[in-house]
Amino acid sequence: MKIKMLAAASALALLSAPAVAQDKAVKIGFITTLSGPQAIIGNDMKNSVELALDHLGRKMGGLPVEVIYEDDSFKPDVGKQKSEKLVQQDKVNFVSGYIWSNVLLASLKSVTDDGDTILVGANAGPSQIAGELCNKNFFTTSWQNDQTTMAMGEKLNKAGVKKVYLMAPNYAAGKDMLAGVRRSYKGEVMGEDLTKWPDQLDFSAELAKIQAAKPDAVFVFYPGAAGVQFLTQYSQAGLKGKIPLYTAFTIDATTLPQQKDLALGVLGAQTWVNDLPNDANKKFVADFKKKHGTYPSFYGQQSYDAIMLINSAVVGLKGDLSNKDKIRAELKKANFTSTRGPFKFNTNNFPIQNVYIQETVKDSDGNLTLKTVETIMTDFKDPYHEKCPMK
Amino acid sequence: MDPQLTLYLIQALNGLQLGLLMFLLAAGLTLTFGIMDLVNLAHGSLYMMGAYFAATFISLTDSFLLGALLALIASLVLGIAVEVIVMRRLYRRDHLDHVLATFGLILFFNELVRAFWGPAGLTIAVPSWLAHSVQLMPGVIYSAYRLAIIAVGLLVALFLAWLVTRTRTGMWIRAGASNRTMIGALGVNVQLLFTLVFGLGSVLAALAGLMAAPIVTVQIGMGDNILILAFVIIVIGGIGSIKGAFIAAMTVGMIDTFGRAFLPELLKLFLSNSAASTAAPALSSMMIYLLMAGILVWRPTGLFGARS
Repeated sequence: MKIKMLAAASALALLSAPAVAQDKAVKIGFITTLSGPQAIIGNDMKNSVELALDHLGRKMGGLPVEVIYEDDSFKPDVGKQKSEKLVQQDKVNFVSGYIWSNVLLASLKSVTDDGDTILVGANAGPSQIAGELCNKNFFTTSWQNDQTTMAMGEKLNKAGVKKVYLMAPNYAAGKDMLAGVRRSYKGEVMGEDLTKWPDQLDFSAELAKIQAAKPDAVFVFYPGAAGVQFLTQYSQAGLKGKIPLYTAFTIDATTLPQQKDLALGVLGAQTWVNDLPNDANKKFVADFKKKHGTYPSFYGQQSYDAIMLINSAVVGLKGDLSNKDKIRAELKKANFTSTRGPFKFNTNNFPIQNVYIQETVKDSDGNLTLKTVETIMTDFKDPYHEKCPMK
Repeated sequence: MDPQLTLYLIQALNGLQLGLLMFLLAAGLTLTFGIMDLVNLAHGSLYMMGAYFAATFISLTDSFLLGALLALIASLVLGIAVEVIVMRRLYRRDHLDHVLATFGLILFFNELVRAFWGPAGLTIAVPSWLAHSVQLMPGVIYSAYRLAIIAVGLLVALFLAWLVTRTRTGMWIRAGASNRTMIGALGVNVQLLFTLVFGLGSVLAALAGLMAAPIVTVQIGMGDNILILAFVIIVIGGIGSIKGAFIAAMTVGMIDTFGRAFLPELLKLFLSNSAASTAAPALSSMMIYLLMAGILVWRPTGLFGARS
């Protein structure tokens, strides 16, 4: 028996020998926003990536890991430039990150057409990449934009909302989010406003229209710092408490410290909430809190999952990253324990997953945090995978 | 009251509030451009600094009014320092040098804020005594804070009108806008007048910045976008004219607000739903530029321009 084990071990050592002999590192480029008001998101993602690396002992399949962070400055052109730099100059194995759908859409081809690099998205989920632009070199550990808001549309149906008013910023994600609500919501959409992104910060004209339209509920998508401005102005206009507000990606651990009590009583749809009762998540949340003193946000959780997914592929191939087909096949297996529990890839490399409804509550220390109140969708697929030619 | 009429009224108030905020910013810009013949791209940075000063002083003093007052004083000192240290060297040079130097100032101030206050931005809470809404008429409910902005904006506009038309300083300012060389020849201390005008412009910009801060957030580069609007306003109003800046700011505020509010519905009459809601924000932000182009064709010096 012992001899057999020894033989197996030496066979393993032989197999992994080429990779070790190359004495290479796993290089990961990570694009996020690290300057400006939206840097609170980028920092949360960076902290979570670092935590994932800590948990992995800074090694994947025996190889050291090097992560190069780049700041997209919240601009598609800068994001594309930085992606090209990571692919061509740094020659990374994987590019991950991407908060914004418009930045991801601008950068997609620079990464996936290279042939040597695989993109593992950690947030943005534009419908184009889930559908006709789907790519064998693109995976994501987040969601497809419509997936989350379709769940919210279902929640609006359940809550008996007859007339709703929709608002979002006028860019790729904003349009997807509202399309998602419209897809599943059965009541009447009284009005829809797309506001200029990212420079319109004053929503007075739109809020006045909502006040006049008197809908049963309002649905909005205002990510990051814009969510702080929206909730503040919603309350200043006297709408808070009068017209119930439903959201997606507007209230999270990065914005709560500034939104404070304005976030109480506002429901949101999310594919992960910090209180999900699985072991991987408990460890992630507890260690994040220990290290940074705050709750991680969903942006951070998805970044953590992205690193764990990459790790699963590197470990599965015992550190041999020379064959792209094998890397893709390993990634597709999603052979890792996601912090959100059940996680599978669909044909378009977007996750099949649950969607939850979250609410803002106070924790035992009196800090604001988010709590799961309902599982609204189970093993939910985005609607665009049928348009994706990949099987 | 008819709900449609109520909506028009509230949108008019929104337009008025936006216009007055823009007027505060444009007034300083039109004075420095008109009188000192100085293209000051860094005016938006003074707007940002006003907001950052206010955020700091308000959290230190725990009082909105006291913090705002200290912020205005700090902005005055900053404005005068910028004039003495940088601007004074630029008057004799041409506009391209102004643009280069003041663009450099924008970068300088943005990095200064990043180093001093950090990249994340700050928030100023609306003071508790203004954090409610007021019923102006049956059905017309409006934010008390925005009403306060309207009141302050109108008071400042009245003060400026008095200053420019009724005082000796105002006479110099008007004379300076028409013919700079002549007032120097008549024995007016031009150097001092310039410092004064630049300081006044800085305070107005800072006031706009700190009043806008509780609505938007205090962040790096917050003045850069709004500066473009301010330039549109002074070009429409005529460079150097406070009256022109006021009328242009009101027009731009109204057009922007009503465009955002009613264009989508208007476009839906002859476009599909999704095309209309995508095109409307783009078209409404274009409208003020169309207005500017139209006015420049009709009156090349703007509505009340003293000179071209």
